[in-house]
Amino acid sequence: MKLEMRDQPGQLVAALQPISAVGGNIIAVIHQRETLAATETLDVQIVLELPEEGSLPKLLELLREQGVSVVRIGEQRLLYECTLITIGHLMHTDLSDTVDRIDTTGSAEVTDLSLAMPAINSPSSARITIRSTTREEMKKAIRILRGVAEQKDLLIIEPLEGV
Amino acid sequence: MRIVILGFGSVGRGIARAILAKNLDLTVTGLADSRSGLIDPAGIDLLAALDRKGNGDLCGNPDVSPADVVAKADYDVLVEVTPTNVDDGEPALGYIRAALGRSKHVVTSNKGPIALAYPELRDLAAANGVFLKYEATVCGAIPLIHAMQEGLAGNTISRLYGVFNGTCNYILTRMAEDSLTYEQALAEARELGYAEADPTYDVEGIDAAIKLVILANAILDMRTTLDDVERTGITLLTPEALRLAEDQDCTIRLIGEIVPEAGVLRVSPRIVAKAHPLVVEGTLNAVTVETDLAGDLTFIGKGAGSTETASAVIGDLLYIRERHVQGS
Repeated sequence: MKLEMRDQPGQLVAALQPISAVGGNIIAVIHQRETLAATETLDVQIVLELPEEGSLPKLLELLREQGVSVVRIGEQRLLYECTLITIGHLMHTDLSDTVDRIDTTGSAEVTDLSLAMPAINSPSSARITIRSTTREEMKKAIRILRGVAEQKDLLIIEPLEGV
Repeated sequence: MRIVILGFGSVGRGIARAILAKNLDLTVTGLADSRSGLIDPAGIDLLAALDRKGNGDLCGNPDVSPADVVAKADYDVLVEVTPTNVDDGEPALGYIRAALGRSKHVVTSNKGPIALAYPELRDLAAANGVFLKYEATVCGAIPLIHAMQEGLAGNTISRLYGVFNGTCNYILTRMAEDSLTYEQALAEARELGYAEADPTYDVEGIDAAIKLVILANAILDMRTTLDDVERTGITLLTPEALRLAEDQDCTIRLIGEIVPEAGVLRVSPRIVAKAHPLVVEGTLNAVTVETDLAGDLTFIGKGAGSTETASAVIGDLLYIRERHVQGS
């Protein structure tokens, strides 16, 4: 996210404190003093991870209380990853449609796919990696995949540990 | 303490051999299998009975039935180790009811009656002031039920999951090790006596599902039946799927899982990191229990076998003797 704050001592610390208050993890802080030296304010870009979707509104509220205004919230990265294996007639049941059903959710996508097709007419196996913005979205993507598997008579092998 | 043994197959003979080999102070006053029976208040000669059975002869008198032994013999504990029937639990269920009704303690390795009728049998045992013990029904030699009921008393169990079927674990181990197909690994398991001629009960996850039902009803205070278990077997697994898991330092195991709060009972093949303690080799069983006070505990051991299952039965017998039975 990109933050705008008054160019005064202690302001950066004031902006960072709420992030740890909501359990967030700061990945990078980019401080571009020179470009905005003429103005009274300071622009700072912060890359961070938040523990869950719901902590973002709380963070924004805390930042406002500190007198820091948020100029822009950037693209959310896909933080949650889950790898599953599927077995069945994957090509005959339109593998790209299977992938599309997850991708069209907009909040989860298939980021990796390895396919093994031992012989014509025998079942193939694929390892599918899905990434999503939130844990909820991942659960939803897996539910969609289960539904597709039932419809297309595919076996889905999920990981033992949750998302 | 006087016991009668119903069932003289692998488990029954394992118990007889352990009684002969160790000074357990147990007197067997009745013995029966599906073809014959014996009643002797002075104690049956177990060595002679084992010899007769080993030679393919009747172990006792064809006119003495298991029901006769339950009803007429003089004993403190019925040891019920006949084969499992998952449809109606019979004839074992009837024998257990009859013994409890006579105020006799019961120790069983039989999954059918416990999975199908646990609340009724528990109440019947309580009404007659006797014990009903069933450690051997789940994971053979691993004292999982005892650990959960006694050692972990006071803990809340939030999740329980593991490898409950040694046959499937053997097949999956072999598929991963040597890229065998499911059919090849199953054939090998049959040759080694790890799989039945009809392996459906194991490979479709039914055996694991029954064990989940027993743990859910008896330990976790849930009211479930076999139909409540979401179940997928291992018959469709391919060596390629195992290789795809292997590429990421993982493997595939048939995992039974209970999440009491969510009401989840599930048996399905799952991707598990190879470094996970549940990834055991061959026919071993392994179960992880997640608790609030004790943290996570993992139990690993032999889930089947004559001596191993006998170990669980004998543990139950000695438990009863310590607490209830006076004299011997």
